[in-house]
Amino acid sequence: MSESIIQVQHLNKTFGTGDTAVHALEDINLDIKQGEIFGIIGLSGAGKSTLVRCMNLLERPTSGTVIVDGKEMTALSEKELRLARRDVTMIFQSFNLLMQRTCLKNVCFPMEISGVPAAQARKRAAELLELVGLADKADAYPSQLSGGQKQRVAIARALATDPKVLLCDEATSALDPTTTASILELLKDLNAKLGVTVVVITHQMSVIEEICSRVAILDGGVVAEQGSVEDIFSHPTTDAARRLVYPGGASVEQYPAGTHAVRVAFNGGTAYQPLIASLAIDCGVKVNILGADTRNIDGKAFGTMLLGLPDDPNEAAKALSYIRAQPNVSAEEVEYHG
Amino acid sequence: MADLLTAEFWTKYGPLLLDGTIDTLVMIGISTVFAYLLGLPLGVALILTQPHGIRPNNIIYKVLGWIINVGRSLPFIILMVAIMDFTKLIVGTKIGVKGAIVPLVVSAAPFIARMVETSLAEVDAGVVEAAQSMGASTFQIVWKVYLPEAKPSLVLGGAISIVTILAYTAIAGAIGAGGLGDLAIRYGYQRRYPPMLLVTVIFLIVLVQLIQSVFSRVSNRIDKRLK
Repeated sequence: MSESIIQVQHLNKTFGTGDTAVHALEDINLDIKQGEIFGIIGLSGAGKSTLVRCMNLLERPTSGTVIVDGKEMTALSEKELRLARRDVTMIFQSFNLLMQRTCLKNVCFPMEISGVPAAQARKRAAELLELVGLADKADAYPSQLSGGQKQRVAIARALATDPKVLLCDEATSALDPTTTASILELLKDLNAKLGVTVVVITHQMSVIEEICSRVAILDGGVVAEQGSVEDIFSHPTTDAARRLVYPGGASVEQYPAGTHAVRVAFNGGTAYQPLIASLAIDCGVKVNILGADTRNIDGKAFGTMLLGLPDDPNEAAKALSYIRAQPNVSAEEVEYHG
Repeated sequence: MADLLTAEFWTKYGPLLLDGTIDTLVMIGISTVFAYLLGLPLGVALILTQPHGIRPNNIIYKVLGWIINVGRSLPFIILMVAIMDFTKLIVGTKIGVKGAIVPLVVSAAPFIARMVETSLAEVDAGVVEAAQSMGASTFQIVWKVYLPEAKPSLVLGGAISIVTILAYTAIAGAIGAGGLGDLAIRYGYQRRYPPMLLVTVIFLIVLVQLIQSVFSRVSNRIDKRLK
């Protein structure tokens, strides 16, 4: 694998002291590789936002080290840290654009801060707006834009200093599913085109599924599990991972041990209900829907479904190959450790 | 009151009223400038040093807050008398337009500091955090984020501050500061001449309406959040 870009080692973050102390993060170890899209997922309060803020030191870790691109962030002086932050930029759930500046001036902002001459900054800002597909909005103010457009401006702004890492803190959580998909597409694109490492913080499994290659699951301030997205999705070994991976928040305990199940992901095919019906009609195989979290976006199905397969191995195999043959549907067998 | 409609009234009192209006405007203008020179940095300091500010410093925050509260506790007329010697030290006189400016500034600055603090507190903490995440220095955050983002609110606050200073100048008239307040007291109260009182009141009302509508319009025009 390629070189590390962010290394988090034995990171702890505690808010407050004494009896009222809150251990937000405990002994976090992460190794994010250059050029990858790394996901950090967890429920609200798991410490995701604190963790991502420890990466650019908006939050100072209580102990442990954060190394970004070979620089030990935790050891830098304030001035060095300000310089280092140009390499690790950030986008936010609430976009955080300057409301009194035009889009172009918003993108110029980080360059103004780093002392890029105004004319050069404007030129670069125009290019960046073009890159995110908003060249025509250069003179518009953020209040005139939709949520998705605001996030595009924020992305252009975050790229202005040619960062090595782009931290995305719940960047799509305030957006509707269609817009979310387009922003994720853009992030994927930028990652491929510019080679910028992307760290995605989210509570939505679908986001991780869509763009991440590796993922860390954060639960109660500790990393419950980390690894490649496929591995974690097909063989979640911790409760925290299972809670996130199995759709609809279905509790694992409710299924009998040894249930033979398949996790079906819908990636934009037409409507999902017919799959189950046609499975019964075409193959004569009946499956149980153990849980589902599917959404209909512009007539296309997105999301996941957990199906309980028949006990008969032949029937199960038949069902599986039938599902796999469907367009825009992927299926993985799932193990239970009930 | 029919006096007001006569040419005699205006030839007799017109120049006085003109001078009074000019004195009032001069007092407001100069005091506002100096009061903002003191109040604006104080307000910024409060925002930066508050517990969740970008430069939290409890000692500075508490001390500044205490000083501002003391300044705001004193009614203007009492403050004016109390600091007369200080006024003389600064401008060389205790009376007249010059003598009024010092207490006006001392009294308005803490008020303005609170107004500025309130305006800056409206700036989205997320935007400030975004600027920090880009490596902006404290000065850059104040100069390029806090002040420009709060500008419409600062302008509205400016109208409130100026109207407050206008009210103070009228009070200052009581101890011979000049201006419209002085005319109202000398002619309206001491000489029992109601038409003069009425005219000064009308002038003051017109001034306040003008100030408020101009500032409201400017604030609206520069605010890019609404369009």
